[in-house]
Amino acid sequence: MDTNIARTFDVKRLRQDFPILATTVRGKPLTFLDSGASAQKPRQVIEAMTRCMETAYANVHRGAYHLSEAATESYEAARVAVQNFIGAAEPEEIVFTSNSTMAINLVAHSFGRGILKPGQFVLTSEMEHHANLVPWQMLRDAGLGIGLRYVRVTEGGELDMNDLAAKLADGKVGLVAITHMSNVLGTVTPAARIVKMAHEAGAKVLFDGSQAVVHRHVDVAALDADFYVFTGHKLYGPTGIGVLYGKRKLLDAMPPFLGGGDMIESVTLERTTYAAAPARFEAGTPAIIEAVGLHAAIDYVTAIGMDAIEAHERALVEHAMRVLPGVEGLRLLGAAQDRGGVFSFALEGVHPHDLSTYLDRSGICVRAGRHCAEPLHARFAVDGGTTRASFGLYTTPEEIDLLAEKLVDARRFFA
Amino acid sequence: MSSGAEDIQDLYSTTLRDLARNPAHRGKLDNAAATARGDNPMCGDRVDIFLNFDGPRIGETRFVARGCEICQASAAMLAEMVPGKSPDEARALGEGVKTMARTGQTNDSTGEMARLSIFAVVHKFPSRVKCATLAWSALDAALSGVRETSSE
Ligand SMILES: Cc1ncc(COP(=O)(O)O)c(C=O)c1O
Repeated sequence: MDTNIARTFDVKRLRQDFPILATTVRGKPLTFLDSGASAQKPRQVIEAMTRCMETAYANVHRGAYHLSEAATESYEAARVAVQNFIGAAEPEEIVFTSNSTMAINLVAHSFGRGILKPGQFVLTSEMEHHANLVPWQMLRDAGLGIGLRYVRVTEGGELDMNDLAAKLADGKVGLVAITHMSNVLGTVTPAARIVKMAHEAGAKVLFDGSQAVVHRHVDVAALDADFYVFTGHKLYGPTGIGVLYGKRKLLDAMPPFLGGGDMIESVTLERTTYAAAPARFEAGTPAIIEAVGLHAAIDYVTAIGMDAIEAHERALVEHAMRVLPGVEGLRLLGAAQDRGGVFSFALEGVHPHDLSTYLDRSGICVRAGRHCAEPLHARFAVDGGTTRASFGLYTTPEEIDLLAEKLVDARRFFA
Repeated sequence: MSSGAEDIQDLYSTTLRDLARNPAHRGKLDNAAATARGDNPMCGDRVDIFLNFDGPRIGETRFVARGCEICQASAAMLAEMVPGKSPDEARALGEGVKTMARTGQTNDSTGEMARLSIFAVVHKFPSRVKCATLAWSALDAALSGVRETSSE
């Protein structure tokens, strides 16, 4: 770990930015280990959204008056912030959606139905969140002759790259849609390699960056990704806003997804011509306040530095890898070389539900269940679910120690 | 608000924990007259109920449960209590359990509902209510000739 970065990253001070972290649960300090499901919000985000509503709010792109212009300016500034955050070439490549789920559905609909051809396949993996699985199954089942393939996951919880190569080999895959970081295993996938292999096989690539973008510096241009999606609420921003990045020429070639206001060029009763991207894909009044909140969240993590956040989380992962395996009866899912701060596990003799209720009584929030990844749980023969602890930039090693201690207690309690 | 430690001791009472571990009534019933599966898709809990009839009354009842202790105990209690009841009586009992798990209240604190009162504390744990009611939903489905039901 780069010690210079470590020195400037003061987790105690950063925690003070998050009002909720100062609250208590039944008299116990809050130990929030469910940031992978949704992250807590810093004051900077909360205040930016309030300020927008108090001083600069009106609908966007519609009014020729000062307030509407101000709101439009903030909304478009958020787009530029996202563009810079993920290294997109132009703001027009950034489409605001309501979350990752909608962004993937947009691609499944517009690119899937509009661009893919009968006989082509979408290639996804066994490691996906349902958000990157169900839309592709729906496309497969739409009767358009588009098939679906899955890349296998190894016992260690990594993508089976030989299987990926084999499934690309016949050149029939039109789109590879794969997670950039697993929300269950923490595995960070070899994105650059996937892009290279896919492009050589003539396929475009979409990454589900819902988890990755929170933990790593992402550069879509350097990756040469064709599509990249993420969701605001996991990045310390508000709910209700997500992002689809798409290469300009791909977006321009795609038909619209939803129809309505703001996405048109001209409308007569006979026909409509559509606006260019990104407006084409943003029908209706967008999430203006949420875009402002996302902008503030991006400014927040950027000021800390994604590299510093990554270093902090690597230290946390190393700490967890030292501490958690010491808990008797604990089985971690996956053992990827490159992983982020997400740990799913089974604790012998204790059902995940009972465990999370038990931990909750100590102020510890973890997630129990299958984390919207049923096929992956079936793959690892834990159909009944697992317990997941996931870290944020505000997570401390002491919280991981407390978790480990309470896991030992829980095992005694349920023995 | 009460302290966490007390609640959790109440929730995981000795009675509940013994039931959750009790091997009685477990396993499939081959050639069951009625059967249904209850799934909680959010967490993966699953209860299969198998039952036979004794004339107009429910006869031998068995279950296979994959789930937490509350889910296991609830299915075990069900299998113990419904034999000898008419389908309507069994359904009414199930309604009683559901109401109790959701609200902590019961309109009948005698007899069988008193035994079931170990599930009343579940109402203090809203995310766990379905754990206590899943087996009873599966029973409802089996009695109505539906083979699958979901807690959602
Ligand atoms: C990997 C991954 N993909 C997609 C999603 C879906 O995000 P959202 O529900 O915000 O659309 C999540 C989170 O729930 C996730 O972890």
